[in-house]
Amino acid sequence: MTHQYPALTAEQKKELSDIALRIVAPGKGILAADESVGSMAKRLNQIGVENTEENRRLYRQVLFSADSRVKKCIGGVIFFHETMYQKADDGTPFVQMIKDKGIVVGIKVDKGVVPLAGTDGETTTQGLDGLSERCAQYKKDGADFAKWRCVLKISDNTPSALAIMENANVLARYASICQQNGIVPIVEPEILPDGDHDLKRCQYVTEKVLAAVYKALSDHHVYLEGTLLKPNMVTPGHSCPTKYSPEEIAMATVTALRRTVPPAVPGVTFLSGGQSEEEASINLNAINTCPLARPWALTFSYGRALQASALSAWRGQRDNASAATEEFVKRAEVNGLAALGKYEGSGDESGAAAQSLYVANH
Amino acid sequence: MTHQFPALSPEQKKALSDIAQRIVASGKGILAADESVGTMGNRLQKINVENTEENRRAFREILFSSDASINQSIGGVILFHETLYQKDSSGKPFPVLIKEKGIVVGIKLDKGTAPLAGTNGETTIQGKEKSKYDDDKRCAQYKKDGADFGKWRAVLKITSTTPSQLAIQENANTLARYASICQQHGLVPIVEPEILPDGDHDLQRCQYVTEKVLAAVYKALNDHHVYLEGTLLKPNMVTAGHSCPKKYTPQDVAVATVTTLLRTVPAAVPGICFLSGGQSEEEASLNLNAMNQSPLPKPWKLTFSYGRALQASALAAWVGKSENKKAAQEAFRKRAQINSLACRGQYVVSGKTDAAAMQSLFTASYTY
Repeated sequence: MTHQYPALTAEQKKELSDIALRIVAPGKGILAADESVGSMAKRLNQIGVENTEENRRLYRQVLFSADSRVKKCIGGVIFFHETMYQKADDGTPFVQMIKDKGIVVGIKVDKGVVPLAGTDGETTTQGLDGLSERCAQYKKDGADFAKWRCVLKISDNTPSALAIMENANVLARYASICQQNGIVPIVEPEILPDGDHDLKRCQYVTEKVLAAVYKALSDHHVYLEGTLLKPNMVTPGHSCPTKYSPEEIAMATVTALRRTVPPAVPGVTFLSGGQSEEEASINLNAINTCPLARPWALTFSYGRALQASALSAWRGQRDNASAATEEFVKRAEVNGLAALGKYEGSGDESGAAAQSLYVANH
Repeated sequence: MTHQFPALSPEQKKALSDIAQRIVASGKGILAADESVGTMGNRLQKINVENTEENRRAFREILFSSDASINQSIGGVILFHETLYQKDSSGKPFPVLIKEKGIVVGIKLDKGTAPLAGTNGETTIQGKEKSKYDDDKRCAQYKKDGADFGKWRAVLKITSTTPSQLAIQENANTLARYASICQQHGLVPIVEPEILPDGDHDLQRCQYVTEKVLAAVYKALNDHHVYLEGTLLKPNMVTAGHSCPKKYTPQDVAVATVTTLLRTVPAAVPGICFLSGGQSEEEASLNLNAMNQSPLPKPWKLTFSYGRALQASALAAWVGKSENKKAAQEAFRKRAQINSLACRGQYVVSGKTDAAAMQSLFTASYTY
């Protein structure tokens, strides 16, 4: 702790910082299109489509063919490994399609959760081995940011001190390795919405988890200006009997962040965690109109909450591709407005947009 | 970690938050008048005044009987234990005199430092009483006697082997423990993790160490369930060591300091009140001003909690003579006003600054 051995040169820092700022430029957020093969199976299963590599390619093509309207509202797209090397029908690599729209390409680099023995079903995330080499390769192949997801859950005796400490540590290690390779790490410490706990409990746990994450990042000499945070919003558990307004969720979320996330972090890109498309947009909007001061960009990194309508419109049919793309663009624009606190709600309580996208123990 | 057992009620939180906001209201900072008996001895010796209780009282009276308009620049005053129970010449207790002007009264709570065995001369903080239970009672008493905030000072130093992991962790933990106790008694804790300016290290080294120390402090505060909105931070500015051959401008100091804070201090903290740490009066004002003019974002107030850097000229004008009272008060008022402007990035240096203001107030290995 006594001496500094700089981890990054001034040039490396600038590059990382510039990438991060481009991703969370005002009105922009992230499309999380990095569902693993297993997760895509669940999505495609819901619309009766077989989970083949071709179908996954066709589906991502639907999203990536969006027109220039998405330039204003999408700052980054997170890819799954397979998708990084897939192409559109006309042979254009997906990575290039995204970059041509001025959108930053990102890559999911973790290798899923593994159990922490001696805990109540808690996990850590694996993928550090060989991560540096993989990052170097991904950087060559067009990625400028990465994502690593850790998972914690709220129950009577979780998250435990071990789970918090271990996940914070592995996130910091991953972040450090990414930065060495010119890749902006998105740090994702997701606290699942499973359970019947109330809003306050989620806020308390989120504050503890985020404090541990930022201590670990400091310990690992991570350059905060070249990182992004992808947390859960502070919400009640999915089976909590008490209902809360978007304003309450916004207040709890922004308070938790103000107490734990240093202002040097350029942006916070929320996960949607099973909220419906509309809920995720309304809550993000409330967060951006919350009366508390917010020194970081507060935006989205949505998977399900950007794609649900597109998926149901597509149903695996080529003929539905344009209509499906249009659904995606619509949600992207709505969330772009929400990131600016300018979304007024659709007024439409029904339909795919209002459907909960909750999957237990995601 | 799994369940919350609320440390404070909403009413207690609001009371703490309101006090903190009042202290660092726009354009206001803190007069650190909490020099211990020994430290006052050093000050008085420099102006050839005997270190008696009466002389200490007389000087503090000069400061506290300033015109009420001083409350435009001073939001809080930190007192030493003895001073809390002293009175002005008309018999009015000092806390009353200060509060009448709408200024918040604070109290120094620590009793200096204690050595950490096995380290390279490093220390931790000790409290006033034999046990933490007594600190509890002491806080309750001070609140009754007029204090609304308390100050705890931890000391770290930079050398080739320090600060050590133990020193950082132990001081952070102790600061958090005392902050928690303060809040239980309605006192806003000012958390002071001072990294001494002694040494020849450069600006970058100080920045690195300050970032590590502050990260540890805020983790400890979180672990101890301290309500950040009801606290203040009193850190060192990020500067080069006192014997560093390289010179830096106020802008250099400003960028290094604000960058450090952006990386470590949550936005929920309402205000950061810098210690002056041996800088001259003028230096301390120029650096604070440069910070507030910096284009970097500043989600907390950046203000002052100055001892020497607010009082040096006043002491030099007083030299122990009651007929110099007005001159001493004017000297104090001037520095207070300059620092008030510096809090808003509006201090424009004009004309000649006088000798006392420019004198370095550095004392090697400074202990209160």
